[in-house]
Amino acid sequence: MSGGNGSGEARRAAVRLRGVTKRFGAVLANDDVDLDIPAGTVHGIIGENGAGKSTLASIIYGLYAADRGSMEIDGRPASLRSPADAIRLGVGMVHQHFMLVPTFTVLENVMLGMEGGFRLRGGEADIRARLEDLSRTHGLEVDPDALIDDLPVGLRQRVEILKALFRGARILILDEPTGVLTPDETDRLFVVLRAIRDAGGTAVLITHKLREVMAVCDTVSVMRHGRLAGHRNTDETTTGELAELMVGRKVGQTVRPPESGARTPVLRAAGLTWRQAGSAPRLQDVSLELRAGEILAVAGVSGNGQSELLDLLSGLADVQEGYVEFAGRRIDAAHPATPAELRALGLAHVPEDRQRRGLVLPFEARENAVLGRPERAGPGPWTSGAAMQAHAEPLIERFDIRPPEPRRPAAGFSGGNQQKIVLAREFESVPAVLLLGQPTRGVDIGTIETIHAEVMALKERGSAILLVSTELDEILALADRIMVLNAGRVAGTVPAEGATARRLGLMMTGASEGMGA
Amino acid sequence: MPELWIDVLTVLDGTARLAAPLIFCAMAGLVSERSGIVDIGLEGKLLAGAFAAAAVATLTGSPWAGLAAALAASVMLALVHGFACITHRGEQIVSGVAVNILALGMTVVVANALFRHGGHTPALGAGERFSPIALPFAESLREVPLLGPLYAELVSGHNLLVYAAFLSVLLVWWLGWRTRFGLRLRAAGELPEAVDSAGVSVSALRYRGILIAGLLCGLAGAYLSIAHGAGFVREMSAGKGFLALAALIFGRWRPLPVLFACLLFGLLDTVAPRLQGMELPLIGPAPVALVSVLPYAMTVVLLAGFFGRAVPPGALGRPFVKEH
Repeated sequence: MSGGNGSGEARRAAVRLRGVTKRFGAVLANDDVDLDIPAGTVHGIIGENGAGKSTLASIIYGLYAADRGSMEIDGRPASLRSPADAIRLGVGMVHQHFMLVPTFTVLENVMLGMEGGFRLRGGEADIRARLEDLSRTHGLEVDPDALIDDLPVGLRQRVEILKALFRGARILILDEPTGVLTPDETDRLFVVLRAIRDAGGTAVLITHKLREVMAVCDTVSVMRHGRLAGHRNTDETTTGELAELMVGRKVGQTVRPPESGARTPVLRAAGLTWRQAGSAPRLQDVSLELRAGEILAVAGVSGNGQSELLDLLSGLADVQEGYVEFAGRRIDAAHPATPAELRALGLAHVPEDRQRRGLVLPFEARENAVLGRPERAGPGPWTSGAAMQAHAEPLIERFDIRPPEPRRPAAGFSGGNQQKIVLAREFESVPAVLLLGQPTRGVDIGTIETIHAEVMALKERGSAILLVSTELDEILALADRIMVLNAGRVAGTVPAEGATARRLGLMMTGASEGMGA
Repeated sequence: MPELWIDVLTVLDGTARLAAPLIFCAMAGLVSERSGIVDIGLEGKLLAGAFAAAAVATLTGSPWAGLAAALAASVMLALVHGFACITHRGEQIVSGVAVNILALGMTVVVANALFRHGGHTPALGAGERFSPIALPFAESLREVPLLGPLYAELVSGHNLLVYAAFLSVLLVWWLGWRTRFGLRLRAAGELPEAVDSAGVSVSALRYRGILIAGLLCGLAGAYLSIAHGAGFVREMSAGKGFLALAALIFGRWRPLPVLFACLLFGLLDTVAPRLQGMELPLIGPAPVALVSVLPYAMTVVLLAGFFGRAVPPGALGRPFVKEH
């Protein structure tokens, strides 16, 4: 194998696609794609959400059959009918949603489908030995008898990689592998990918994060609207050029507006501690202040109390200890407030999980646009199609929701457009306080720009905004102040000016304390 | 003392007899639900099996032919359920209810057509059903204190299918937790995508799970009509399929706890009629109806989360859709 990168002659292709086309109903997910993935490299496939990169990966892994086109793996024609065929040809995949049975052990998950005999005991000792050997040689240490349910996300991903290597993968496809990882875990993943490459294997990284492509990939292919928009060596390109290829136009940077002087506090929370009955506190002694015309961002690895904080402030969970002061009301354990009361006082909430909490997916867009705002739905207790239509149409136009069909069920929109429906509903009334959970998770770059611009506009109009995000780039682009949560405690609050991803990352993992601000 | 011991043994003996069909059905449900298919049609399969066994045993005079017919009838219903739920990804509860209704109606209609006996089959003679088997030395060991009667009363003297019921627990456990098939089956019930991604067919696994469930329910049906009973009586399953479902939940989809749940329910069923008319201290006349309700009440309490959580297989009731 031609290990390493940078050899002058044309490299052998690990995967070669010619004219691959795949259609889902009316959507052309892949349109006549020609792709060469050089062997012995880390290769990136980037593109916006819905650009067709995951579909392409699924075709290479035999999950989908292409409607047209041909594929070669390691120079041999391959027609895959199932993942079993792909596995036989040495293709492995780490899915975005882990394919691990949570109630099984690591070992059981690894051996699933490769048990080595009808009786499990027959092959187990051998499999255990091979697994431990693989762990050691690739730096992927993990306890084979641990239950998947008990493992943190980073380790689960390791198990997925081990599973693929165990099945003899020489070509490893990773679909958005870093979305769930801390910066530190991401670095460790990249070390593993480079190790796979240096051992002569090929790693295919599917992502929408340009920084990661530049950090770890040797070569990169850009997808746009189901087509291949370009192919580059990473040492001969820039993030700007790649972003342009992805979006099809120049992408601007969100401009940070000048500081707008002293701001009045709108919401104050003090000493918030919250726990699920009988378990350790998820949130401990958290205090914060939201000021008009200011964005306070909450940074942290997901699962460190951000969701609980949003639930408490929005009234979805009852305050147990501490208090919240908002619009002249004091909310504590003795004086709870319902989400409806808080909304009436001028609080808006964009939930982190938009599909479960932000929308009723089978309902029409215009119905979703009036949820929690009954006065918009029609007179008195009645709903009126005309009223909802009149309410939805300008919002669809302003937020550029596509397709612009108020009567289409929410489930029929892409992730980004679903998010825009939620934002349109919550932003419309210019709330005094906006709780904004993961506003751009799973949203493509072009839409991220629109969303960021709307958030900034809302801030200019005087809303006090609490932004919860796991994307440090987003936090650094939008926030005025940054509060870091670690294990349910405030690890520190720092001004956005001068904050760096590295320093925040250290605070997020509890390695360093910030100063008060 | 010996008299009390004999009483205890008689109750336990009755427990084993009443628990046997529950055990078969609960194991059937376990295999099906572990593969991800809700099996509310246990009752229907049980009833169809009972009828087919009695009808064919009556017509041929052979209990073995009856047993084969029970297996065939129950498996056929299982395949209907599988065709609806696996091949066509239908709603599993609805399909199960359909199986129950189908069995309820068909057994009576066919029984009337064949035997003109008001939906019953004629009573079976001794050679046409499975009779109790006396294990070796049962009589000669009876005089050994304590263990003698235990062996003679409790262990010996059951028909073949009671032993088969207990054996089925061992078999299901071995298949489910010690074999490749079991590992894959349980994975299909927890996260079918993982099975598919490993290159194994989810549908084939689930069909096999349903097939085993059909066979086990057939055994339960044959037990009711040609082993425990001597002929088919309309609606003779009398909710045992649903009780088995309760035992399955009560035992949290694990073979040994499910077995104990079945035995507990069987014990309550044995004790209830014995309490009839008995005056209990403090309570007064024994609340027999209350005892019969107990299994269901306990299951509801369990589901409400009072004795820890009963977590069903992760993909239970969720059709596996492979996108293409």
